[in-house]
Parts: sequence; C-alpha cells; structure tokens
Amino acid sequence: MKVLTGNDLKTGDVIWWTGEGWSRHVNDAVDAGEHPEAILAREEAAQRVVGSYAIDASVTGEGVRPAHIKERIRALGPTVRLDLSLKPADPAAGNWVI
Amino acid sequence: MYQYDQYDQAMVDARVAEFRDQVNRRLAGEMTEDQFKPLRLKNGLYLQLHAYMLRVAIPYGTLNSAQMRMLGDIADKYDRGYGHFTTRQNIQYNWIKLEDAGDILADLASVEMHAIQTSGNCIRNTTADQFAGAAADELEDPRPYAELLRQWSTFHPEFDYLPRKFKVAIIGSDTDRAAMKLHDIGIQIVKNAAGEIGCRFYVGGGMGRTPMIAPVIGDFVPPLQMISYLEACLRVYNRYGRRDNKYKARIKILVHEIGADEYRRQVEEEFAHILTLGLEPPPAELERIKGYFADPGFETGLSGDIDRSDPDFALWLDQNVHAHKQPGYAIVTISLKPTGGIPGDASADQIRLMADLAKAHSFDELRVTHAQNIVLPHVKKADLYALWQKLDAAGLASANLDLISDIIACPGLDYCSLANARSIPVAQKISERFADLGRQRELGELKLKISGCINACGHHHAGHIGILGVDRKGVENYQLLLGGSEGADTSLGTITGPGFNEDGIVDAVEKATDVYLAQRTDGERFLDTYRRIGMAPFKEAIYG
Repeated sequence: MKVLTGNDLKTGDVIWWTGEGWSRHVNDAVDAGEHPEAILAREEAAQRVVGSYAIDASVTGEGVRPAHIKERIRALGPTVRLDLSLKPADPAAGNWVI
Repeated sequence: MYQYDQYDQAMVDARVAEFRDQVNRRLAGEMTEDQFKPLRLKNGLYLQLHAYMLRVAIPYGTLNSAQMRMLGDIADKYDRGYGHFTTRQNIQYNWIKLEDAGDILADLASVEMHAIQTSGNCIRNTTADQFAGAAADELEDPRPYAELLRQWSTFHPEFDYLPRKFKVAIIGSDTDRAAMKLHDIGIQIVKNAAGEIGCRFYVGGGMGRTPMIAPVIGDFVPPLQMISYLEACLRVYNRYGRRDNKYKARIKILVHEIGADEYRRQVEEEFAHILTLGLEPPPAELERIKGYFADPGFETGLSGDIDRSDPDFALWLDQNVHAHKQPGYAIVTISLKPTGGIPGDASADQIRLMADLAKAHSFDELRVTHAQNIVLPHVKKADLYALWQKLDAAGLASANLDLISDIIACPGLDYCSLANARSIPVAQKISERFADLGRQRELGELKLKISGCINACGHHHAGHIGILGVDRKGVENYQLLLGGSEGADTSLGTITGPGFNEDGIVDAVEKATDVYLAQRTDGERFLDTYRRIGMAPFKEAIYG
C-alpha cells in the first residue's frame, strides 16, 4: 500500500497521513491509494506539511511498516538514540527497523 | 581572536531580522516551501530526516568560551540537549523547530555567530589548522588570512551562485592537519628561498563521488594578493564550471577536464587583469586583522616538567597533548570519541564544561577540528593534570587521538536524508571491538573514516581505513577501502572488494589490522605497511 509522510511545517516532526490529518505515529498511517497526488498537493498548500511524498508500506500484526529502511528510521527516530524515539522507555521499540 | 566591528555586527543583526520575517511569512502561509527553501538554506536551515537541522558556522573552527557556552545553551533551549561537531569545524543541531529559528539566530548573533553560508552553492566556512597560533612547527598563523577570506567571501555577490558549493582550507605549517589537498582550494602559507612569506594554492581537490587530490596551481602568491588570486580561481570556475550536471559541477571536474596547466593559464590571465584593478586589501587591513590574533599573555620562565605518576593521565598526555610553540604550554585535544559513543556529539553540559575549561585554562579559546574533536590551544603544562581530571569526570578524557577509535563518521542514515546507510552504529561497533586502549596503542596511528553515502562527508576516501555505506536493494552494505590519507602524503583509498553487512565490516577491519600487525616492520604505521606490501595480503586475509 501507499502511505503519505512528510514533516510538520512548524516543528519539523516526521508525520504520517491518517486520512483526516497528520500523526507522529506511523501506526496511524492509512492507505492513500494509488493516486495520492491530490492529497499531497492539498496538504502542502494548506501549509501543514512540508516535503511530503508517498512511500510503499505494508500492514503487519504489529502495525504499519514502511518498505524502505530510510522510512523505517524516520518512523522510529535515530537508531543510535532510542531515548529520542517516540517510545524511549521501550528498548525493543526499534527491533523492526533494521 | 577576531571580534566583530560595527559592520560585521550590523550585517549579522540585519540578517537575523530578515530571516525572522521570512520565517514568519512562511508560517503565516504567505510563502510556499518552494519560495522559502532557498531562503532557509541561505541561513543554514535544512530539512533533514527527522526534523529541521541548523548548521552553525564556526569560522576556521575558532571560538571563545562565551560562544561555546551559547552553543551548549542552544542545545538545551531549542534542541534535545546535544550538538554534533562536523568535519567542516561547524556544529549542527538535529531537532530544530522552524518557529524557533529566528530566536536561535538572534542568540547566536549576540555572541558574534551565525549560520550564513553553511549551505548552498557559495563559499562555505573556511577551515584551518586547529593548532593555528599554537603549533611548534608553524611558519605563519593562518587565522588572519582565514579571517580576511571570511570577510571577502561573506555575501560576495559574484560568488553567491557558483556551479556548486565551494570549500577552502588554509594552513600555515608543513604539517597538514586540515586535509588541505582535498578541498576545492587549499592554501598553504610557505616561505620562498628569499625568506618571504607567500601562499601556495592547491586547486581542484575534493572527495565525494569523484575524489581528487588538488594539484598546485599557484606556487607562490604574495599574501596581500591572496584574495585577488582566489578571485581569479573562482572567476574561471564560475565562468566554465558545469551547471548542467550537479555531479560534474565541482571545480575539481573543471580542473581535471581542461587540465591543470590550462586552468592555471586562465587563472594567471584573470589574475593579471584583477591586479590592474587595485582590489587588494590595504596592508593596514591585514595588519589590523593580525592584531586580533596576537599571542595571548603567555607567562615566561615556566617549568616544562609534568608529573606522570598517574598512569591514565600519562596515557592521555602521550596521545592527546601536543607541543606548543611557547615553553611551558601545551596543546590539548579533547576527544569526542568515547568507546561506543557517537563521533562528534557532545551534550550541552559537556559543551558548557569545555567552555569553562577554555576560560580557566586556555586564554578563553577553543578550536573545533575537522576530525570532530575539540582543542584547547594554550594550556599551561602545570594545569594539565587538573584539566585532565575535570575532563575525565565528564567523560571527555578518551586517550585515543589518531588511534583506531578516533573515528570520523558522518551522521549517516540515522539523521541525513541523503545517506544510504548508517555510519554511527558501525563506528560504535568498531570502537567497542577495539575498546582496549593497549590494543589501540599497539596498532598506533590509524585513521578510520566512515561515510554513509558517496558524498563522503565522513572522508572515507582519506582514511587509512575507509568505510563507505551503500544501499543494496534496500539493505545497508559497507565497502572497505584501504590506503587513503590526508596531509602531506595525501592519497585516496582503494576498495578492497565486495562489501559487507554491519557485523561483517567490523570483522573485515579487524582482519586488516591483523595483517598489519603480522607484516609491519619497525616504526611502520598501518598506512606505511599497506603502501609497502600492497592490497593483496589484505584481500587474502579479508576474503580468503
């Protein structure tokens, strides 16, 4: 499936398209279909997201998983600073990334 | 060190106000990202993998304690409590909010700092020998020339839209500690047979996807004509550098394609023309700038004796402390490469501590090195033990300068949107594999450099051992290079063969060091042995 991602204009946070808005959590991402260009154009124009694009991903039992390692690292945070990830208390939070 | 005059401060303050307004207009929706992006990049603000990243310029890697303290405070106030010192002697913050950008630049301006020309196809921050003004082997202090160059290149309208970014390094010793020949332009201050000081220009070096060692273009340029010669070099490049292909747009490609002799001929022609215009800075201006870099108030008659009875201190002394030109003083390099650490990272508290130590022990001065370490250039030998104890308590006393764990590593795929593979975890694993300091010292000088993509920000081409991370069908893969070097014996590394996964590359590095230990003769460094015996024994050990 295709999911949409980008960065929050104000904070720079990595964000994911939920179908209604944007979330910092990749597991909130939804399938944007095969032609997400209209959504991206609308959201960029609305000045909510910057540098947005569509990526390949799949849904597993544990959540939405981007296909490429770069996007998985974006979803987690730096693999070398798990204390800065969205789940700093969970040492296994990044097991699916690499 | 140099202090802003009213023009410097007014320019920087005006830029802060201008950019603050641009940010506000962007946040208000009055500008699109396409309109805003070139403006934020003009102020060092990138959009990276996880957030906005701000790159702050540290001119020729020199800063005072107030500036260093501000860098620590910014890390706490606007980022996540740390900063990353880079191979261009700058600092980067990885978690910047756009809405804070104006305030950060204002804080920087309050201590005579900025982020101007840390991005874009312009003349970037000039780098220099981190031991400038302190080294025992120095012919001439390069900092006044670097400052002159900074003033000339800042906002220079002719060179604001070059075919590609442009990096200059300048040194004043025979020992090249700035990788000078691997820059677009490297300037070495030399002395001729008549005993006169001049500038030797190396033009067309660089790393990236097409690494090249710069040839000598100008053998001896009088110091007051340095800027005019630079202008001539840039002008020829600006005129003929390729703008149709960004991968062939650096000056090294131009010099290579038309040849050093033809490039030199054109530069000399342009130089002769520029000299007729009378654009050279007046001698009084260079002297005025030199006045800022006069020696601090060194004490005389100090003892050179150091109590080496603490064995850990003695190890650090041998590895991280260098000879100073002034009797009774020493140059201290603070390693930002603890075992298993992230090369170049320092916490806000560590940054502030280094500022305090510079204030107390180094005439208020620090340097950032291109190897991502920090230098206290003027420390009294009598203060070394007390200084070391304070560093040790803060995790800043790793005695590994120029050893295998003193690794240069780019941010890699953990932070950088251009990267193909992670660099930092590889550096950490190698650092942990060779954690034993006795083993590191047995291996001796061994410069290991890691890049997470072909852009080579981690200088892998110049590593005695270099590692290049690539993307192989979505999986990280690491190529091993041997035989690179920077400095007087600059050379480019050669790829050993097929790449490895993350653990495999650590094993391959260890096998390469085993070959060295088995084959070395007395006094040979790893690099010397490689150059003597060639690649074959290493390949056999690594792939056999």
